[in-house]
Amino acid sequence: MAKYTEDDLKVELETKEYEYGFYTELDSETFPIGLNEDIVRAISMKKKEPQWMTEWRLEAFRAWQEMTEPEWANVHYEKPDFQAISYYSAPKKADPNKTLDDVDPELLAMYKKLGISIDEQKKMNNVAMDIVVDSVSVATTFKKTLNEKGIIFCSISDAIKEHPELVQKYLGTVVPQKDNFYAALNSAVFSDGSFCYIPKGVHCPMELSTYFRINQAGTGQFERTLLIADEGSYVSYLEGCTAPSRDENQLHAAVVELIAMDDAEIKYSTVQNWYPGNKEGKGGVYNFVTKRGLCEKNAKISWTQVETGSAITWKYPSVILKGNNSIGEFYSIAVTNNHQQADTGTKMIHLGKNTKSTIISKGISAGKSNNSYRGLVRISSNADNARNFSQCDSLLMGNNCGAHTFPYIESKNTSAKIEHEATTSKIGEDQVFYCNQRGIPTEKAIALIVNGFSKEVLNKLPMEFAVEAQKLLEISLEGSVG
Amino acid sequence: MLSIKNLHASIEDKEILKGINLEINAGEVHAIMGPNGAGKSTLSSIITGNENYEVTEGQILLEGEDISELAPEERAHKGIFLSFQYPVEIPGVSVTNFMKTAINESRKANGKEEMPANEMLKLIREKSELLEIDRKFLSRSLNEGFSGGEKKRNEIFQMAMLEPKLAILDETDSGLDIDALRIVANGVNKLKSQENAVLVITHYQRLLDYIIPDFVHVLMDGKIVKSGGKELALELEERGYDWIKQEQEV
Repeated sequence: MAKYTEDDLKVELETKEYEYGFYTELDSETFPIGLNEDIVRAISMKKKEPQWMTEWRLEAFRAWQEMTEPEWANVHYEKPDFQAISYYSAPKKADPNKTLDDVDPELLAMYKKLGISIDEQKKMNNVAMDIVVDSVSVATTFKKTLNEKGIIFCSISDAIKEHPELVQKYLGTVVPQKDNFYAALNSAVFSDGSFCYIPKGVHCPMELSTYFRINQAGTGQFERTLLIADEGSYVSYLEGCTAPSRDENQLHAAVVELIAMDDAEIKYSTVQNWYPGNKEGKGGVYNFVTKRGLCEKNAKISWTQVETGSAITWKYPSVILKGNNSIGEFYSIAVTNNHQQADTGTKMIHLGKNTKSTIISKGISAGKSNNSYRGLVRISSNADNARNFSQCDSLLMGNNCGAHTFPYIESKNTSAKIEHEATTSKIGEDQVFYCNQRGIPTEKAIALIVNGFSKEVLNKLPMEFAVEAQKLLEISLEGSVG
Repeated sequence: MLSIKNLHASIEDKEILKGINLEINAGEVHAIMGPNGAGKSTLSSIITGNENYEVTEGQILLEGEDISELAPEERAHKGIFLSFQYPVEIPGVSVTNFMKTAINESRKANGKEEMPANEMLKLIREKSELLEIDRKFLSRSLNEGFSGGEKKRNEIFQMAMLEPKLAILDETDSGLDIDALRIVANGVNKLKSQENAVLVITHYQRLLDYIIPDFVHVLMDGKIVKSGGKELALELEERGYDWIKQEQEV
């Protein structure tokens, strides 16, 4: 039959390249490879940091040296050689203090390719944006508008210099330096990232956004995000990530700390599309990320993530429900194709009374990939009337992929109510044929089925992001039914 | 409209259809009846292009064009519609969204612009009234948690939306109570015109009380062994299929 078969689709997929796989020729300053105390000091000096910051980094570095890489995750890879990575790379002309007109035109061209012209962003969307290329933050838009409300949104490097009291007070309070291997590494060498402070009672009038990009070869990216929502404030924060296609694996070890004070609300959305490696599993980003939020009284933190990229994803955005009546939410779509591996989920730590958490996880596996949900719900003895609802759904495509669910529940309080639901389904030939019969071609049919499967999570994303995420799902899964 | 010539087809090397000949003209309603395992559903699968079956011989012509090499969606774009015996569930995809996608894919394939939203809404309103469908129903996930009757009614609603040239109703009466059957049949009758045709595949005569066929064919062991008018259906209802078998053997 002259039909467009799954084999054709596979061929197309093989020839289809990662859309963001370009590399931009930027004049960069890159540190020699390797890591020791001198490098840590040099990073700190390069960034003109105060003494306390240098000490903080060194403390983390010393702790890191004593630690070993975690091996409990359901992922298999060759461990990175931490002495073969450069820990600092910066586009030379990117000086965050300059205006847009001073930005390297190559850099601006790169943003255009990524579909994020800053000019356009400024005009069209109500999105304030920080962009981190390799290690440094290169542009923060909308600064002025935000200033009027007393909102601080800048690179973490600037924050260390300009708002040291806030940084010193909160940095490492949710994710301590010694929290885990990658968090310790990040604490020692983080080069940039975003900082955000929303004052008491302020409803942030626009979405805040950070766009991360690894450009330079042989570098790691270690960004650090610190977001503080003061009492009764609200903020919605978005982050997006891409990287060039490279044969070697690149390391990305970020830390995100959120602090939601009494009655505050933080909505944190991620669309992660790091380079996943080629179809044989060569190259791709190792995404080892620690994200955690702390809720005080009546506060709420929502994590929404769409994970389509990276060769390895190791990521558990968590919420510590410290205050009474606080709420934690985790909505996740994780897609793995070809040889990608994802071990992702969340931790909901109920400490306060009447705390509530919701976990909706949608895993989609195709090709030879492996997709694991790993989640912990812990109810402490003081957390009276805590509630959790977890739902983990897996969708499989073809016969060579895997979906795994590792839910951990620890309850020390008998008044807790914990619900866990899990399903595994497969895109059926009969579903595809049904769509075909109604005139919907196979590729479109798969997109439709996947979007339907992911709908509960997609609905949680801010509008512009939801459209992008939907497209990303389609691209990531093209040709994967078999 | 549809012309099937000496059609042979098999699944996993087992021959199911053994030389079917069938002519359906615009404006006609044909019924195919037959005992279980005669190949009735296979025939509908093959006309719509289900790849699990292999056509080993013969032709399927739609308005003179051989469609037997076309993909299922291409056949759909040319106006072939199947009301499934067992409609599948697609969680998270609303009936409305599904229909919107289907209609626009067909329009795209036929070189037309997407249907404007207001036109789409109007069409949905019109057709849901025709089939006495509660509008709330249309925002539910496709077939998920639908009763047997709701599924079948939804199939005919889709048929109404897509306005096919040839509609194949595969065991549409199964799972329907008498009221639902009447609504579904009324819907089909209202959609019938001189420009389109209907092929009803059924085990029982019941549906044919409501959708009156111009021709009735008996399918047995992969062949059409007898054709006649609507009275043939009544005779089958009364006497079963054995007498035809005996007639064949003589």
